[in-house]
Amino acid sequence: MGKTLAEKIWQEHVVRSAAGEPDLVYIDLHLIHEVTSPQAFDGLRLAGRPVRRPDLTIATEDHNTPTQNIDQPIADPVSKLQVDTLRANCAEFGLRIHSLGDIDQGIVHVVGPQLGLTQPGMTIICGDSHTSTHGAFGALAFGVGTSEVEHVLATQTLPLIRPKMMAVNVEGELAPGVTSKDVILAIIAKIGTGGGVGYIVEYRGSAIRAMTMESRLTICNMSIEAGARAGLIAPDETTFAYIKGKPHAPQDWDGAVAYWKTLTTDADAKFDHEVTLRAEDITPFVTWGTNPGQGAPLSSSVPDPASFTDAEERSAAERALVYMGLEAGMPLKKIAIDTVFLGSCTNGRIEDLRSAAAILDGKKIASTLRMLVVPGSARVRLQAEAEGLDKIFINAGAEWRNAGCSMCLGMNPDQLAVGERSASTSNRNFEGRQGKGGRTHLVSPPVAAATALRGTLSSPADL
Amino acid sequence: MDKFVTHVGTAVPLRRSNVDTDQIIPAVYLKKITRSGFEDGLFNAWRNDPAFELNQEKYKKATILVAGIDFGTGSSREHAVWALQNYGFKVIIAPRFGDIFRGNSGKAGLLTITLSQHDVEALWSAIEAKPDVAITVDLEARTVSYGHSSVGFVIDDYTRWRLMEGLDDIGLTLQQTDSIDAFEKSRSAFKPQTIPAK
Repeated sequence: MGKTLAEKIWQEHVVRSAAGEPDLVYIDLHLIHEVTSPQAFDGLRLAGRPVRRPDLTIATEDHNTPTQNIDQPIADPVSKLQVDTLRANCAEFGLRIHSLGDIDQGIVHVVGPQLGLTQPGMTIICGDSHTSTHGAFGALAFGVGTSEVEHVLATQTLPLIRPKMMAVNVEGELAPGVTSKDVILAIIAKIGTGGGVGYIVEYRGSAIRAMTMESRLTICNMSIEAGARAGLIAPDETTFAYIKGKPHAPQDWDGAVAYWKTLTTDADAKFDHEVTLRAEDITPFVTWGTNPGQGAPLSSSVPDPASFTDAEERSAAERALVYMGLEAGMPLKKIAIDTVFLGSCTNGRIEDLRSAAAILDGKKIASTLRMLVVPGSARVRLQAEAEGLDKIFINAGAEWRNAGCSMCLGMNPDQLAVGERSASTSNRNFEGRQGKGGRTHLVSPPVAAATALRGTLSSPADL
Repeated sequence: MDKFVTHVGTAVPLRRSNVDTDQIIPAVYLKKITRSGFEDGLFNAWRNDPAFELNQEKYKKATILVAGIDFGTGSSREHAVWALQNYGFKVIIAPRFGDIFRGNSGKAGLLTITLSQHDVEALWSAIEAKPDVAITVDLEARTVSYGHSSVGFVIDDYTRWRLMEGLDDIGLTLQQTDSIDAFEKSRSAFKPQTIPAK
């Protein structure tokens, strides 16, 4: 029987396999940031262990970093200590780090691809659940906890039980104005936040193949929101073209491409589970609740909890409407927004900024809201400025910030106040995710821009 | 890591589904650089509510948390596991867990047990009827017992063995250093290196 793409990558990385034990899997690239690493370095020090492969490891600062006044010391002393600790650990163990102010600083999942360090067929881990992002290149990439960060630092391997395989097929052509963010939100609403637990998801079908690299990154990024630790897409010419010319692209380019072309799921491979969506059925999609599975087409209304047959889903919907301050039956487009956040590892790349800027160009955002634009990396920021996008955002009345995770999770000063409502291009609408008591609606960059102009959740077609 | 063979304690019922790791511990509490002291952040948004289960006197001494489906989804923060442990929990029972949370728990010595929705409902009812009901978790026998009830649970042999022996995963892997050395010799030359920076 044939193998899936994920099975092929897995097999190529098994260091040791023994009956009744997890496979010992080799890790090709380890990405590090300040939040989930300090206790791992402490563990190494306590045991007197070195980092096995500093040359397969790279660190950046993203979660805690401010997006304003970055030339000054970090004001929050606890955040500063955590960032300083990362710097000290990298110096002690000989690791490459891109600190705040460095041209290659940014969100860890934006930095890897832009340096060309993310390539097809690799195994990639990071102490961050959105590591699934890198799967867009046909890599097996997943988030881990701090104990596993320490394990990879010490051994460059992880003992892992092989997950099951799921195919999510998106066939057909997306309508204009419908983005990969809408596609992944629709997938999560269909399979649920636990639907992918225990699986690696391969996204397939003509709609996926037609996507740009950055659109694919958005899809794979939110695999974890469907419960899947990893999601991936077979590499193709789009992938190769994106990597070509990047700083760490392979020297033997032809040899690498020849290998990458072998990285596809065999025609006779079997998935444990398959789900199919028709691209034509997908319209701009937003969330109304407090988990990413609680989403609906923007053209619809806040659902009535009584309409859920599953008792758990019903009570979750009831709780979510109370937290979100919404009434069943209210049209989603009537929901007034206080803050629009454009950024994050989901939608903080140059194409995301371009698509929002195209809608805002020459217009003003509603006087009732604020809009934060936070590029995913320092290089994305520079590229946007070279294209004049910063001027479009600033002239529209938005705030143009420096790179980082920012309001996606509010570890830095960019947070929602109690009761404040956001339309956010990030990945999680959990209670309090963007600030205690804050209310989040997940949206695509075009919906974020249209919402900023109208003041209520809107699609570009509403303008 | 401490050995885990059996645990006897009382439990607290958390009748909520989709308790993600942001609920278990919000991001603002992740700035510490130690593994301890996270108990103050545990379920922070709900801890000021006197009706919240953990605030009720009858559940104050609980060491077992019985939660709804999809407990520990979302962020990979192991701090969620540490916060539960720092507070005093030894076992978490739910119908389904987030994959990363479950993995992190196993590494840190917090036992996660998956029971069916039906078995969890029965356990909730039993605890609510008698908050001080003693619950015995026997990892060797793979059973959860209380009153006259006993239900079995599934856990893979390897994770069970590691927890029962309290083994250090890194120490185990370092015994395979020869295999890792050999694997590295066969790695593809195409694979990128971070150093030197380009």
